[in-house]
Amino acid sequence: MSVSVEPTSAEAPAEEFAGATVEGAAEALRPHAEHAFAAELDALAAQDDRPRPARWRLSPWAVATYLLGGTLPDGTVITPKYVGPRRIVEVAVTTLATDRALLLLGVPGTAKTWVSEHLAAAVSGDSTLLVQGTAGTPEEAIRYGWNYAQLLAHGPSRDALVPSPVMRAMAEGMTARVEELTRIPADVQDTLITILSEKTLPIPELGQEVQAVRGFNLIATANDRDRGVNELSSALRRRFNTVVLPLPESADAEVDIVSRRVEQIGRSLDLPAVPDGIDEIRRVVTVFRELRDGVTADGRTKLKSPSGTLSTAEAISVVTNGLALAAHFGDGVLRAGDVAAGILGAVVRDPAADRVIWQEYLEAVVRERDGWKDFYRACREVSA
Amino acid sequence: MSGARSDRERGPLLLGVRHHGPGSARAVRAALDAAAPRVVLIEGPPEADALVPLAADEDMRPPVALLAHVVDEPGRSAFWPLAEFSPEWVAIRWALDHGVPARFIDLPAAHTLAWGDGDSPREKEEERREERKEEQKEKQKEGEQEEAEKKEEKESGEEERRRDGEGPERNQESSPAVEVTEAAVRIDPLAVLAETAGYDDPERWWEDVVEHRAGARGDPFAPFAVLEEAMGALREAYGVGGHDRDLVREAYMRLQIRAAQRECGDDVAVVCGAWHVPALRRKTTVGADRALLKGLPKVKPDLTWVPWTHRRLSRVSGYGAGIDSPGWYGHLFSAPDRPVERWMTKVARLLREEDQGVSSAHVIEAVRLADTLAAMRGRPLPGLTETTDAVRAVMCEGSDVPLSLVRDRLVVGDVLGEVPESAPAVPLQRDLARLQRRLRMKPEALERELELDLRKETDAGRSRLLHRLRLLGVSWGEPSASRGSTGTFRETWRLRWEPELSVRVAEAGVWGTTVLAAATARAEADAVSAPSLADVTALSERCLLAELPEALPVVMRVLADRAALDADVGHLAQALPALVRSLRYGDVRGTDTHALTGVAEGLAERIFVGLPPACASLDAEAAEEMRRHVDAVHGAVGLLAETLTTSPAGSPSSGGSPPSGGSPSPGGSSPSSGSPSSGRADPSVGIRHRWHSVLRVLTARDMVPGVVRGRTVRLLLDDGELAQDEAARLMGLVLSPGTAPGDAAAWIEGFVGGGSGGGMLLVHDERLLGLVDAWLTGVPAEAFTDVLPLLRRTFSAYEAGVRRTLGELLRRGPRAAGSTEATASGMPGFAPGLDLGRADAVLPVLSLLLGLDESDDVTDLDDLVEAAR
Repeated sequence: MSVSVEPTSAEAPAEEFAGATVEGAAEALRPHAEHAFAAELDALAAQDDRPRPARWRLSPWAVATYLLGGTLPDGTVITPKYVGPRRIVEVAVTTLATDRALLLLGVPGTAKTWVSEHLAAAVSGDSTLLVQGTAGTPEEAIRYGWNYAQLLAHGPSRDALVPSPVMRAMAEGMTARVEELTRIPADVQDTLITILSEKTLPIPELGQEVQAVRGFNLIATANDRDRGVNELSSALRRRFNTVVLPLPESADAEVDIVSRRVEQIGRSLDLPAVPDGIDEIRRVVTVFRELRDGVTADGRTKLKSPSGTLSTAEAISVVTNGLALAAHFGDGVLRAGDVAAGILGAVVRDPAADRVIWQEYLEAVVRERDGWKDFYRACREVSA
Repeated sequence: MSGARSDRERGPLLLGVRHHGPGSARAVRAALDAAAPRVVLIEGPPEADALVPLAADEDMRPPVALLAHVVDEPGRSAFWPLAEFSPEWVAIRWALDHGVPARFIDLPAAHTLAWGDGDSPREKEEERREERKEEQKEKQKEGEQEEAEKKEEKESGEEERRRDGEGPERNQESSPAVEVTEAAVRIDPLAVLAETAGYDDPERWWEDVVEHRAGARGDPFAPFAVLEEAMGALREAYGVGGHDRDLVREAYMRLQIRAAQRECGDDVAVVCGAWHVPALRRKTTVGADRALLKGLPKVKPDLTWVPWTHRRLSRVSGYGAGIDSPGWYGHLFSAPDRPVERWMTKVARLLREEDQGVSSAHVIEAVRLADTLAAMRGRPLPGLTETTDAVRAVMCEGSDVPLSLVRDRLVVGDVLGEVPESAPAVPLQRDLARLQRRLRMKPEALERELELDLRKETDAGRSRLLHRLRLLGVSWGEPSASRGSTGTFRETWRLRWEPELSVRVAEAGVWGTTVLAAATARAEADAVSAPSLADVTALSERCLLAELPEALPVVMRVLADRAALDADVGHLAQALPALVRSLRYGDVRGTDTHALTGVAEGLAERIFVGLPPACASLDAEAAEEMRRHVDAVHGAVGLLAETLTTSPAGSPSSGGSPPSGGSPSPGGSSPSSGSPSSGRADPSVGIRHRWHSVLRVLTARDMVPGVVRGRTVRLLLDDGELAQDEAARLMGLVLSPGTAPGDAAAWIEGFVGGGSGGGMLLVHDERLLGLVDAWLTGVPAEAFTDVLPLLRRTFSAYEAGVRRTLGELLRRGPRAAGSTEATASGMPGFAPGLDLGRADAVLPVLSLLLGLDESDDVTDLDDLVEAAR
């Protein structure tokens, strides 16, 4: 994921992190969730009188409260970590309480990783048992590896074995996390099947096995609209309960996320400040949302959706790009022309089908919209 | 709970229920079994007493509805839908099974129907439809996630609706005309109770407290006693809660209960909305109750049973009962035990039928997840929300697509009720009879032909009636081709009334009480479920013919949506002509077709955008089809442009985008269309202009098949958009040696082929004919056999006269190059007469072949030439 936005945490991250005072983690650029929110977790644990599943730090109800926010009886305020449908968090937490693994699906920028980290922090008090999925993730990252110096010196033994995060989680009854599950090659993915269904990890070299103890579970995240991913085998799919994290519900929320994030990026790239970009950002977000949802904002016209994801993250990069154009080559004001080319690139991924969709959108929607004339012209120019 | 028993001794058994609550239904059955009353009184119109025995008929299958309407005015009507799981239905069946009389005790429909008089029935109907539409829209928009909860809360609205006395008493739904806003100011007893209990959703509260506990063993009267107490407290606090008419209805109910008590003592059971129980319990004097009932307006009602569907039960307003999940309720009611497990199994079966891989392991996991979710949410049993969440996460892989199928097939369900034939005639039949009288059209079994002149009032009415009946599936008349005149003012029908048409009319009764209302409802439903875009377009045409302006917005909306999502330009191209035809008919009949214009324009726009890419790389067959599409669109665009010109200049729809075509104000200048983008000043010019530029794009693209390119050149030429010279240049280009002969022949076919009058073009423009001629003579022998069929198809379609003229022209041979008679432009052409010199040149060879003597046979050959000439 190139750009990761945590829409839901819009207000949370920066400020909270700054104020967090946790020993040792204070110096970290980005402390783990269980450190940053240690006070909240402690408060929840202290007041949580509901039954907790084995080795859980909190009851499922308290985990849901930790994610969704609330006020405890003693007045402690729990900040919301995820702003979105309550149902989603409830289903996710409940899944972890059963012995099914949890699969968080969503387009980039829907806070999958964020939610998974906080879930692990709240349930097991440790969000670091993490396997980052890539095209090169080897089997060892999920099962175990060997310390070759030990192996050569003393032969195979448990001492020479390097456990993976998943193996450790099994042995200790913790929550393991697998990021970007669908990027992992299919044969490596399938090593998870035994772990999830038999709850055991055999070590044939030693004639041993590691059995998962109660409390072990696994949270995986995956991108459901990205191209070039390794589809999960149905055998693996069956081991997961799937929760799809939705895109930001309202246009305002999304505009907010985009402008916030654009500002951050702009600062870090030392782009000159560009005033008054908010209208153009709103326009970009509107276009993205309309095409993504397949319906205009007023809900009156249906549209075809292009093949691209058109995620919030892409909207951010379009605007950032536009800002750079405006700052370096334009008059310093973000204008329709600065974002038009970026939008075209984001929308038209498949040159044949998407181009028609884009033109239909231009002709049927953009042309008729009040105050969008400049945008229409700019888009016509770049699409011609 | 002891209260119930003691009450039981003191007075009638009052069973307060929630209408359509499966838990209530079970409780009612248990209570009736335990109490064994001698008479069962039910909240409902007393005029329907005579209809009760029909409920036991074996052909009677819920969901059904009691329908009351004003005699001779079927448009004023009210419905009391009953599902299998409705407590009232359970009570009726219990009474019939035990040979105990069942009576309805609510205020007679004679009064409740008359109450509605404030507004004309016509208005009511409109309002109803309006609401229904709103609701549908909402439903579409609503995210699936909240589906259940959100809508369900309306059900509590049912309580309130019931209370409003406007409808007949029955709460359930009952009163079609209730406005939502009006209801909002009244208190909702369930909401108040739920809020007190700390629930934000009254529906869920009810489920947790009543529905899911009703199965518990114990005193069958306990739930009623508790509920009565709660309602009693509410009524103390809120009085009638804004439902003033309740007082009157309750007074009537009390009188009826007293009458029953005189007959049977205290062995009387009353099934009514829980809200009424405290009032029915109250001691009042007969005199006071009578006084309340004095002077009520009255009409003559007529009642019958009509079949109902689960889908209609789920509509919140209009005829619906506001139950969002009748299928789920039906399941809860009929499942003997383990409702969640059984439900998940049903869902799994459905998904398997649709080829989704769902195993028993999935079912097990889904049940576990639902149970755990319920525990976490603090509910006694998984409700619809929990089961839906579990199904989504476990069986549907987080996707809402299969889930919507579950919702459609199971949560709502496809159940269709049946009513025995012996049920009294539905009001639709009466309305039809009335119309037949008024229009002087007698149903006759003998086939006869009817000529209608739509300019005459009566004939127009007849035409409308026949079209509407056809929409309803009652094919009394079949349109046939008009004899002689084909003008849009004339229609010819073949009429024949067959006995089974009466059955059809009865069946159509579900759609409404008048022909107009039923046809409108039917058209709307058809539009939503139509399989293809062309079907929707055809439907819109029929709506115009049948003059159902109220159905049009829905049909148009569906049409616009389908068009937006249909990626096949062919479909769009098929739809456009019908749509434009509708516009024309609409004009003839004076219908307001602004909405249609907007949609047509939008459709045309989409075709313009999609056509060029769609024309690339087609095989011969597809190319031929595309040519037909191009022709059809061309004709439609022409008509559309005409329509736009003739419609008032300021018509907003002409400048508005398709979606905004919804509410045009004729003649008004809408601000949004005040600033159309350049070139749109005159919409008719604009649309034609854009079409021409699309055609021009097509002519120039090599990827486009020859037949389409030829056609586009021809269309442009005919419209005067392309100069003759330019057409000739393009033709020369195509017919030059670089083009494959097959493609060139196809081009020719497109350009001058078929019945397009291309022959005359060739006759009049010798230059073009010359090009064809020159090309044809240059086609290599091996390619000639390939192009021959195409050419034959092209030229054989010409009329004999044209063919002959062409033949004569060709026979003369090409004009000699550099001939003095060459026209100024030097264009190629044909000599004015036969080229005798060339003809003579073959003579020696001919005579050689024929072995003729040179001397005298020359003259013979001359004769031959003469003859040929």
